[in-house]
Amino acid sequence: MTHTDIDTVAAASAVAERDAHRARYDALRAAGQGETARALPPPTDRGLALDPAAVRHRETIPGGWYWTTRLVRGEALRLVNVAGSSTVSLVAWSVADTSERLNLADTTKVQWSVALRKGRILFTDMGRVALSIVEDTSGRHDALVGATKRESTGTLRNSTENFLAAAAKLGLSRRDIPPCVNFFAPVEVDGEGRFAWHGDLRRAGDFVDLRAEMELWIVLSNAGHPLDPERARVPQPVDVLRFVPPPPASDDACRNAGGEAARAFEFTERHVGAGSRS
Amino acid sequence: MSAPKAPANVRLDQVIAARTPWSHVLRRGETLRLIDLGGQQAVDALFYCAADTAERYSAQGTLREQGSAYIGLGTRLISNEGRVMARIVADSSGRHDTLAGCCSCESNAVRFGEATKYQHACRENFVLELGRHGLTKRDIVANVNFFMNVPIDAAGDFAVVDGISPPGSHVDLVAEMDLLCVFSNCPQVNNPCNGFDPTPVRVMIW
Repeated sequence: MTHTDIDTVAAASAVAERDAHRARYDALRAAGQGETARALPPPTDRGLALDPAAVRHRETIPGGWYWTTRLVRGEALRLVNVAGSSTVSLVAWSVADTSERLNLADTTKVQWSVALRKGRILFTDMGRVALSIVEDTSGRHDALVGATKRESTGTLRNSTENFLAAAAKLGLSRRDIPPCVNFFAPVEVDGEGRFAWHGDLRRAGDFVDLRAEMELWIVLSNAGHPLDPERARVPQPVDVLRFVPPPPASDDACRNAGGEAARAFEFTERHVGAGSRS
Repeated sequence: MSAPKAPANVRLDQVIAARTPWSHVLRRGETLRLIDLGGQQAVDALFYCAADTAERYSAQGTLREQGSAYIGLGTRLISNEGRVMARIVADSSGRHDTLAGCCSCESNAVRFGEATKYQHACRENFVLELGRHGLTKRDIVANVNFFMNVPIDAAGDFAVVDGISPPGSHVDLVAEMDLLCVFSNCPQVNNPCNGFDPTPVRVMIW
């Protein structure tokens, strides 16, 4: 072959490779936003009770305050929006290596959706699963807008400073605070990207159950939402229960939510089981 | 498409090769122009206050303050201290992302299969370039993705789609503080953010 022939063959090969990558991407997106999304379970019935014997700790977080807890793999937290007017903001770090932490960009990108709900998982920055949303009566959560700050609440109590204080008590600093997820935070995004708040979609007694898939530090802040017009009022208390859920069954919704989730759990288990760091 | 003529006092004019990182300190009041030479090329960008790098870009803070999800003309890039780090003063392409983060070997393996774990990624660029400034993986925050198009629909569906930046597209930002800029000219070939073919970009400072 002449050099020209070789160049032509190489160019055709590059085009074929790009086409193959596009075809794979389109297929993954179609599955992720189609079949996988449709197979997610419906919201949890608000009457679903916890077995009292499974509860290891109960905490009431006063309005404006935060609480830090450590979860071992397999433990879970139930966050209860007692009065229905609260938003609970969460950040998380791996206990084994706090540079591994909640990553909402990967959480939403990998699952092809910003709509967190029962059956979805929260990722760390290392392609592993931090938390599974195993029960959820609400389905109205926000991964985009972030924490309240002193100027938004007009008081000393806000999630930005709550996260700073909580991090400091773990030996961490403002370098370590990742974007937070806001539970019980109905935010709508319009075609131009503008945010709209629909606080009336929260209901008293709504809860979400989060199962730890690795050992985690969790900080919860009960200090409102930046878009909530009532954010300057002291929020109502929220209840948190740390409990031991049943082991995941073979039909566990989170573990079966598509190829991405299957791989993420496989990598997580490989890491947890063998101490792999890559 | 060609960017408007830069002023005569350009002090830096460099091409960032495809797939590679770049960093530089932009002085307060200076303008940085980023030009998407080949079109549809995402550039992942991190920003730190040069005087105190614990103050850094906050994606959620930026979106909270502007009340909307995309980056474009007029966006003020906000720090974790709530201060304005930079303003976008010119933008020929119209939309940039700050929700989808940077690609990594780890997330690629989850998204596209384990075979993609050994492909170069923005996180590799970031940790190496940050290391030159005494920063580490823990300093990688949610970044800006210039020239990357990631719409959210009413149901919350979210995906990287084809870029809308033709060759020669540009975005200009003005620093409001001395600003360490750390860029990764994105190597991703598994989604449309680089048209499946990473290409060089040009950066100018005046």
